[in-house]
Amino acid sequence: MSSHAPAHDSPAGNAQDRSPQFHVGHHWDSADAQFDAGKTGVWLFLVTEILFFGGLFCAFFVFRSWYLEAFVSAHHHLDKVMGGVNTIVLICSSLSMALAVRAAQTNNKNQTVLLSVVTIGFALMFLVIKYFEYAHKFHDGLLPGRYFTYAKAVFPDERIFFGIYFMMTGIHGLHVLIGIGLIGWIAWRAQKGHFSSRYYAPVENVGLYWHLVDLIWIYLFPLLYLVG
Amino acid sequence: MSSHASPAASGHDAHGGHGADHVPHVLDLKWYFGVWIMLMVFTVITVAVSYVDFGVLNLVIAVVVATMKATMVSLIFMHLAFDHKFNGIAFLSSLVFLAIFIGFAMTDMNSRGIAEGIEGEHPVKLDEPFGPLRSERDRELRARLKAEKAAGHAEGAAAHH
Amino acid sequence: MAESLPISAPHGATPSGTNYLNAEKGILSWLTTVDHKRIGVMYLVSTLIAFGAGGFFALLVRLELIAVGQQIMTNKQYNQAFTLHGAIMVFLFIIPSIPGALANFVLPIMVGAKDVAFPRLNLMSLYIYWLGAIICLGAIVGGGIDTGWTFYTPYSSTVDGGVVAMTMGVFVLGFSSILTGLNFIVTLHKLRAPGQDWFRLPLFLWATYATSIIQVLATPVLAITMLLLAAERLFGLGIFDPALGGDPVLFQHFFWFYSHPAVYIMILPGMGIISDVLSVHARRKIFGYRAIAYSSVALALLSFLVWGHHMFVAGQSELASTIFSFLTFFVAIPSGVKVFNWLSTMWGGSISYTTPMLFTLSFLFLFTIGGLTGVFLGMLSVDVHLHDTYFVIAHFHYVMMGGTVMAFLAGLHHWYPKMFGRMYNETLGRISCLLVFIGFNATFFIQFIMGSRGMPRRYYNYLDQYQSMHAFSTVGSWILGLGFLVMLYNLLTSLTKGAVAPANPWGGVSLEWHTPSPPPTENFHDTPTVNNGPYDYDTLRSAK
Repeated sequence: MSSHAPAHDSPAGNAQDRSPQFHVGHHWDSADAQFDAGKTGVWLFLVTEILFFGGLFCAFFVFRSWYLEAFVSAHHHLDKVMGGVNTIVLICSSLSMALAVRAAQTNNKNQTVLLSVVTIGFALMFLVIKYFEYAHKFHDGLLPGRYFTYAKAVFPDERIFFGIYFMMTGIHGLHVLIGIGLIGWIAWRAQKGHFSSRYYAPVENVGLYWHLVDLIWIYLFPLLYLVG
Repeated sequence: MSSHASPAASGHDAHGGHGADHVPHVLDLKWYFGVWIMLMVFTVITVAVSYVDFGVLNLVIAVVVATMKATMVSLIFMHLAFDHKFNGIAFLSSLVFLAIFIGFAMTDMNSRGIAEGIEGEHPVKLDEPFGPLRSERDRELRARLKAEKAAGHAEGAAAHH
Repeated sequence: MAESLPISAPHGATPSGTNYLNAEKGILSWLTTVDHKRIGVMYLVSTLIAFGAGGFFALLVRLELIAVGQQIMTNKQYNQAFTLHGAIMVFLFIIPSIPGALANFVLPIMVGAKDVAFPRLNLMSLYIYWLGAIICLGAIVGGGIDTGWTFYTPYSSTVDGGVVAMTMGVFVLGFSSILTGLNFIVTLHKLRAPGQDWFRLPLFLWATYATSIIQVLATPVLAITMLLLAAERLFGLGIFDPALGGDPVLFQHFFWFYSHPAVYIMILPGMGIISDVLSVHARRKIFGYRAIAYSSVALALLSFLVWGHHMFVAGQSELASTIFSFLTFFVAIPSGVKVFNWLSTMWGGSISYTTPMLFTLSFLFLFTIGGLTGVFLGMLSVDVHLHDTYFVIAHFHYVMMGGTVMAFLAGLHHWYPKMFGRMYNETLGRISCLLVFIGFNATFFIQFIMGSRGMPRRYYNYLDQYQSMHAFSTVGSWILGLGFLVMLYNLLTSLTKGAVAPANPWGGVSLEWHTPSPPPTENFHDTPTVNNGPYDYDTLRSAK
């Protein structure tokens, strides 16, 4: 039901040999139904992630409306360049992840593994840059709430901005870390030959999760780093 | 997952899968690289624009650009454009409910203290919080009308003389 | 067919055959099962234990309140007791019970499937529930919490105790709820048997669908709320602390954005049970099927628009309070639609006064009272006087206990034969229902009066003028407790001593009555095809 283009398969005789460990659950009528259901399940999970992060965006907008000047002043302490580079890094990781899914769809085992590893590489780069950003903040005392010791703050309420900044980027960073774990699992399974045009659902579904991580950053970066 | 023998099972077949195999929908490479380029371009645009102060529009522009990027990622990278409508509806509904949450919370946070201003201009009389009793109002009204009538007669009488 | 219910199994029948209960033996086979029926039974046992624990704290609270001054505990202990009563009842019993125990068991069978969409995820939901419960237990034993189940800041963000542990327990429990809802949504969309259209589904499934929507959309906000509270305590985040520029009322926005829809997670499955049980035990097609189906989903969606009615006197702006009060009146409409449809279903029906039916009748009476008093509280000007009084306590106990718990018990007795292959004792069932009904009203009706006369809630001590009412309520709680003990005895002993149950003791038409009692592990040997609606009874009531 979901397919619109012919699979790029080799002759029918080989199809059943692919993904030999794959089998359809006893409660499913077809592999197609199982695939669709799995994908919808992941989308519902992404809905929960959006509402989860959304709460933090709510806190951001609420306090921004109360302390606009403090927020604008505070956000200048964020490094636009590092944030911008991280944005590019995540966009590239999204591309490599999407291509990894495509590689699995087209029976390209080596590319699936390679692109998964490349994605992890970008993700690690993101975390390293994040580490340097955080180190800089710690050094300057630009910390959340009661740990805010930055002497040259123009407004006292700048501490609220940093509270929200650390919660949002911290939880986002945690999701990047989890993503690294998930993609690593995919790379390992791909290397063992689990995936093919017959069965690539885990790659697709981990890919959806990874794209969500990118989506959140797509909003987080301009709101926190560029606008304040 | 352990290795699985050939699908032909002995006796009672406990496995499903008699229906169609899943056939993947494969997108042409140009879509992927196209979106990638556009995402980079929009990132450069949004960072560049941030160096100019458009006042209130700063936020609007940033959100609009971010939304365009997000749309491309969800439609193409996440395949929503080619997927069952249900997944897209679920995704959009999460944004609707998020908007409700943010909208109502902002309404509260931004309208604090308005009632105090109104009450300051029309302070509540604690003795009669709902205003004077109707019977008292009627009494006052009748007294006033009576006084006006008496004044009118007096004028009329004065005019005759 | 004017048969009286229940329809018995053939004389001399003995339980036989392989079913999901005896298919695999040993505790490990239960702990690692992916069979939704076994998972449902384990949820049932777990949530009933939680109900017992929550009820125990309730009895302690009521015992303390029987007279003025200290009876059995200090004021600090009292605060802990009512906090635990609320937290355990809300998070460990009422939210997971009907979806986890009853829906898990019957939903796949009702749609004609062999299991839910993601059986292993179902098991994980159960594990996560247990993990969350253990963490909460650790919080209770470790630091203790006395914040009220609502964890309002700034008290919860500053007081000593196990608040962080408790918030983490609640955070974990939220995932169990989310995954269950997710599983049910996908199952309903993708695993319906041929011919099983949306509008041929039993209304319990429409209710479960609506509930699952709320679980998926609302629970994540509870998760972030708990994380923010933990961060506030651990890192002094400041967003709820006025001294640091924050706003404690913002916590309430976050908390109630989940917790108001959560009360519809609590009531909607109960309403679904009522639709099914009422129809079967009155042997009459449900009146207004589509109205009830649509109103279930409408209720789920509307429930997200009214959370501020918990915050009228908290410091929320008057403008926002007015808007929320206005919207709250709309949320009563779908419930009203349902009550009238249920009453119309009974009219002209062939009513059997079985235990499920008696619980259903209790529901109709008690939920109506609870729902109406909710409208009173939704009125801004009235709520200013009634907020934080016993009136509120009476209201939500009427809807949660008089509503959901009665419906849960109706469903439990209704599907008990299917789940365990035995009939419970009907006489004991009726006695327990009577005791519960009398005890419940004795405990809670007087609280409406107390509250409207000014008795505040969560108070350890009180003025003399309320003492006789409190004492009355406490005695009522003992009758209520006795009713539950009788029920527990009935349901436990009937597991081994009850009459063997036939496949269809109530004459129902939906698919679960087409499988043996108890069902085999795979539910159906062949996927059934559905040709009729769920309430199409043949040769209905005899001419009267």
